[in-house]
Parts: sequence; C-alpha cells; structure tokens
Amino acid sequence: MSDRIKTAFARGKAFIPFITCGDPNLETTAAVVRAAVQNGADLIELGIPFSDPTAEGVVIQAANLRALQGGVTTDKIFDMVRDLRGDVKIPFVFMTYANVIFSYGAEKFFAKCQELGVDGVILPDVPFEEKDEFLSTCRKFGVDLISMIAPTSEQRIAMIAREAEGFVYVVSSLGVTGVRSEIKTDLASIVASIRANTKIPCAIGFGISTPAQAQQMAKISDGAIVGSAIIKILAAHGEAAPSFVGEYVREMKDAIKNI
Amino acid sequence: MTNQNGRFGVYGGQYIPETLMNAVIELEAAYNRFKDDENFNRELDELFKNYAGRPSLLYFAEQMTNDLGGAKIYLKREDLNHTGSHKINNVLGQALLAKKMGKTRLIAETGAGQHGVATATAAALLKMDCVVFMGVEDTIRQALNVYRMKLLGAEVVAVKSGTGTLKDAVSETFREWTARIADTHYCLGSVMGPHPFPTIVRDFQAVISKEIKAQVLEREGKLPDAVVACCGGGSNSIGTFYNFINDKTVRLIGCEAAGRGVDTFETAATIATGRTGIFHGMKSYFCQDKYGQIAPVYSISAGLDYPGIGPEHAWLHDIGRAEYVPVTDAEAVDAFEYLSRTEGIIPAIESAHAVAHVMKIAPKMSRDKIIVVTLSGRGDKDCASVARYRGETIDEL
Repeated sequence: MSDRIKTAFARGKAFIPFITCGDPNLETTAAVVRAAVQNGADLIELGIPFSDPTAEGVVIQAANLRALQGGVTTDKIFDMVRDLRGDVKIPFVFMTYANVIFSYGAEKFFAKCQELGVDGVILPDVPFEEKDEFLSTCRKFGVDLISMIAPTSEQRIAMIAREAEGFVYVVSSLGVTGVRSEIKTDLASIVASIRANTKIPCAIGFGISTPAQAQQMAKISDGAIVGSAIIKILAAHGEAAPSFVGEYVREMKDAIKNI
Repeated sequence: MTNQNGRFGVYGGQYIPETLMNAVIELEAAYNRFKDDENFNRELDELFKNYAGRPSLLYFAEQMTNDLGGAKIYLKREDLNHTGSHKINNVLGQALLAKKMGKTRLIAETGAGQHGVATATAAALLKMDCVVFMGVEDTIRQALNVYRMKLLGAEVVAVKSGTGTLKDAVSETFREWTARIADTHYCLGSVMGPHPFPTIVRDFQAVISKEIKAQVLEREGKLPDAVVACCGGGSNSIGTFYNFINDKTVRLIGCEAAGRGVDTFETAATIATGRTGIFHGMKSYFCQDKYGQIAPVYSISAGLDYPGIGPEHAWLHDIGRAEYVPVTDAEAVDAFEYLSRTEGIIPAIESAHAVAHVMKIAPKMSRDKIIVVTLSGRGDKDCASVARYRGETIDEL
C-alpha cells in the first residue's frame, strides 16, 4: 500500500474531493487541486475524462464532455500532475475507465504514475473478476488498484475486501454518481463486513454533497468522497471556481474532522 | 464457443461496475438452468412458431440471381417475422427468461427502433413493464418506431447524452440498470455487452443458421458457399454464421456500415477502422482515437451506427474464420432500391448493406455456387430516410 495513502487516513477522517481534469481547462484543475489541499483535502481523486463514462450521472458526464472539448488528453494530464507534485504532498488517485489505460498501454501508463507519484487508480468498469487485466502491472509500478464495493455486493464483500489495496471505495447507493437528498443503504453493516476482512481504510462515495451527509458517512467509515457537488461548483464558476471549491472543502472537512 | 470465463479468445469478459456484478451472475445462473430445460424450450418454440411466425422463409431470389448472372442467391427472410426483424428471436428468449427469474420490468436500448419495438411487443405479450432508451437523433430518424413502441405500451426515453445515438442509448440503459436491478432485466439487443449477454443473444439468434442449414440442404442437397449478413453489434450476423462455423467450406461474411467511406471520419466500420479496446462491458474492437476515447460514428443506418462489434465477431475475425467488409451508405441505398425493384422486397437499410455486398460478389462466382443473405428486417421504417437521401420529402400531412 502506498505510504502517502496510509498517511492520509492516519490523520483522522479523510475528505476526498473528486475533480475532472481539464474542466474547463488544466490550469483551473491545478488551481482547484491546490485550493482543495490548502483547505484540508486529504487525498485527491483526479478524473481522466472518458467520452462515455457509463458509471457517471449527468453532472460528471457533462464535465467529461467539457474537458474533452477543451482538448485535454492523458499526456497533458500527466504534465499537470508533474507540475502539481512540485508542491502538493497528499496522495493522488486517478479515476478513469479501462479503455483509457488499455489504449495508452498499461505498462506505459503505470510507469508514468510511478514516475509522477500517482498512488492509485479507481476503475469503475473493472470489477474483481477483471482486475487481472491491470493488477500485475499496477503492482510492478507500486500503484494501488482501488476496489469498489456496492450495496448489491452482498456475498462478494469478503472476497473483494480481502484482496483490496489502498482503501476500499464503498458505493453508497444504487445507480450512477450524482447528488442525492438521502442515502438509505445500510452502510454501517457493509462497512462492518469489509472491516471483518481487511485492515485498510474504507471511504464512502456517491451522492454525498452536504456537511451533514459527510459527517454521517465519516461516522461509519474512514472518509467521504465528493464528486458531483464539486463539479457543480466548477460548472457554475468556471475559471473562477478555485476559491469557491476551497471554501466548500473547508466546510466539508470541518464537518468531519472531529469525529 | 464461449470459454469458461465468458471469453472468445481474448475478447468478451465482464467490464462493468461492481453494482451490476451480482445481476449478471444471477442472469448466467438462470440461463444455465433454463437453456436446456424442456418446458422452457417448449414455451419458446411455441412463441417462435405461433407468435413470431418461425421458421422464416428461405426464398430463392431468381430474378436477382439471373440479373447478376453468377451464384444462386437465397434470401433468409427474417423481415417476415412478427415485428419485422430478427430482433424478436432474442427478445422472446430473454423476456421469457426474465419472467422465469421473477423480473417484472424490461429495459432495452434501441438504434433503428427494431429491438425496442420487439422488446415492447414481448413486454405487452408477457404483461411486463417496458422502458426503451433511444438516442435523440434516432428518435427523429425513426419516428415511426417510436410511435409503435408507445402504442405497445412502452415508455420511450430520448437519450441526449454524447452523440445521441445507439452507443449513448446503451450507456443510458446500463445506467438505468445500475439504479434499478431487483425487478428489472436489461434485455440487451445484440451480441455485445458483458458476459453472458453475447452468448445468450447468440444462442437465441442461432435459430437463423439452424433453419438456413436445414432449408438449403432440403432445396439444394448441399451447404451454401457463403452466408452473408449485415453487422453492427452483430446479432443477425452471428445468428446467420453460428451453425456454419464448423463447416469450413462455408464463407462467413459480415457487412459493416462504412457510412461515407472507411477513409472518412463518417463511418461505423469497426473491423475496418477500429482497434482492440474495452467498452460497454466487453473487450473487442472499437472505433476510437489515440487516447482511447470512443469515436463518434456515422451511418445512414441507425441500427449499424455503433462504434463496436460483438466479441465473438472480433475473435472470428482474428482467427480468419469470418470476413468483414465495409459497405457505404451509397451502396446500401442502391441495394435498397435494387432489391425493391428486382424482387419486390423492401429490405431494412441495415440488411441492404448485406445485399449490396452480394451484388458485388455474386457475379464473380459461378452458377453452381450458392449464397444465402439474411434480410434482418423489413424496410418500411427506412423509406423516409432513403427518400431524404435522394432529396425527396414524404412526410404525410
């Protein structure tokens, strides 16, 4: 497991913002990352846009489209990460789809991750049964392949948790990413089953947008992941978004830090 | 031909969100339980025979044969099935399976609307709820089929994301399935998506080649020299090929939509212009850019307007067992008109791609050779868009 990820969760409950790279441009993404870090983010999920993000709701779909229309590419994102690593010390985890890595070449992609200090990858279209597609290459370059566990995982939880690396990404609800007014899944019992099978931390994502929700999720797990709510701020403010995202991250982190 | 892990060579697999894994595992278990079940097969045969109108005719296209002056041409008339295309074969099988699994709701993607109409039909027959996802562009190109689905009691959702065509309809149906699994079966319309769909859909469509084989042997006393079908995702083509895969003397030819040409960006010919990738639950060939972004494809045919191809086709291509050829819009429209005038049969614009290729190869083959071409559907739905292609407007006021 990446030392940076271990450290990120060792400081208490983690707040994990998700940002689509290149929405609306990479300069803004870098500024948003720095604003999030200055305001208490513990780990950053960097989305590499994909033309057809099947696990995303409308908000992140639109962000992917804006980023691709702005001309972002995997190589340009690596360049941005190189620049960020000059001053940002918290872990980075890429969130993207299998074809982005497959097409780039897994060997080349994960070598680049290692070189630039990207600690893990989250691939929503690579379930347990298909992880061999990338696992040996991830291990070769010391990049954690993050596993997801869903409300429908049931008897699969033990199998997935036992082999999980970095942290476990617990999907809060059925459906795709996006803001939800209420999360009804019995997450406490899912987290308990995960903890019975692994010592690595669990963070909950999908549908979280308010400080109260973050608090509720952090109480039963090790951290909260927030995507769509941040992307909405970016959609509303564009290049002026960094200070607004910073403010939001501060508010969310404050809500969970003393749990 | 499916191996243990749901793969065809390296192709196939289950590249889907964890949320859906138990759903496909449950589907595979149910399919394995029912596929050889006597009662299930009796019910399905009954529906095929008395509802869908199977077996479909194998028609000797004598005038086309004489006009082209080469190989003998037979048409496998899937266009005569109830709902007007081969899609009903797969839908009846999957809907019956879903019913046995206790599902009460069917969701489906559709391109040309034929699969949507077939799903809406089966849902009406089996008293199930039905929601069909269709790219907004296609709801315009195929307005008649949208009306048919609504008439049959289905809800039609116009998908505006991405390019508003078939691939986006597939993505949206997967998203819907992720949100509602317990009572819902995704009735996937082609030999694509995650395992076990490519196998299930192929098995239900294999009735096409099973019938062709029996019919041609009865008429000619020998196997055909080539079987030809159009190929988008590839369900009617795999159905046409399947029972001939081990008959090495039979050429298997899939006709892809080249749109305005394989040397342009306005094409949907996956084997001709794509490369290996992972998308929509499977490893296969996809039209994509250098960074793996899925390409916006184009064809006059809404049913072939898809950037990928089923994994079994990818494998048949790699091992050289099947040939895949590109056919342009212009060639397909010519064939659409040719078959209408020559045989009095208006084919679906999708099927016209296969007819166009037969028009190229038949004259070069000797008269003792036999070609069977599958007419996957009927062309009524395409009259308005072909008229538009020819510069005419036929909107009824």
